[in-house]
Amino acid sequence: MSETPVKVIVDLSKPKGQRESIVPLTDEEIAERDAQAVQAELDRQAEEAAQAEQQALKDSANAKLLALGLSPEEIAAITGA
Amino acid sequence: MQLIETVELASAASSIEFTSIPQDGVDLVLKFSLRASDTGGYSYIDLALNGSSSNFSSVFLRANVQQATPVTSGSQTYQIEAGTTGDGATASTFANGEITISNYASSAAKSYSADSVTENNSTTASLAITAGLWNNTSAITSLELSLTPYNFLQYSSASLYKITAD
Repeated sequence: MSETPVKVIVDLSKPKGQRESIVPLTDEEIAERDAQAVQAELDRQAEEAAQAEQQALKDSANAKLLALGLSPEEIAAITGA
Repeated sequence: MQLIETVELASAASSIEFTSIPQDGVDLVLKFSLRASDTGGYSYIDLALNGSSSNFSSVFLRANVQQATPVTSGSQTYQIEAGTTGDGATASTFANGEITISNYASSAAKSYSADSVTENNSTTASLAITAGLWNNTSAITSLELSLTPYNFLQYSSASLYKITAD
């Protein structure tokens, strides 16, 4: 069984040394986190796909520039890569 | 700039919240050193003010070392473009950064800025800066950092300061 996640609350109205409390998340908060975990994974996958697509476009553009006769140095000079 | 409180996590926690923030300062500054349970190298930090994550707007600039799109910029409706080092990064490294909120006790909308850098001695590392507005006229009495759905790991810390007029 996994441990219940906790949050740390620092109540600044209390004297120093008595301010910090560790509070377990409620079932509702845990359910919300689980739902957000699913969304975060989807977001991560989408970002990875976007990065891969961007890299593929870059590689394709570089290949075409090479085919036109530009040297790698010349390509780097105009693309900043 | 006066330190109000520092908290260092003795074990992992899903969020760090400062409540009952004293109202005798002009600006608030939160400095943080964080590591996330995410297995990646970069995790977004969420900011909530007075328990709210609504009515935020911001612009950001982010740079990612060793990624196909090294520099990203844009506008967003969420709070800050700030990252923390994920648990997939080099062991025992932490991200650091700070958030500054101007006129936090006033009845005007609150402008803020944030910057962060992640530490990672291999693969991706990132830095980000944000300028934003929380369009809410309430004085800020609580501030929460979270990392949903991940946790801040042990030894992560956050220090809240106030800047006073005198």
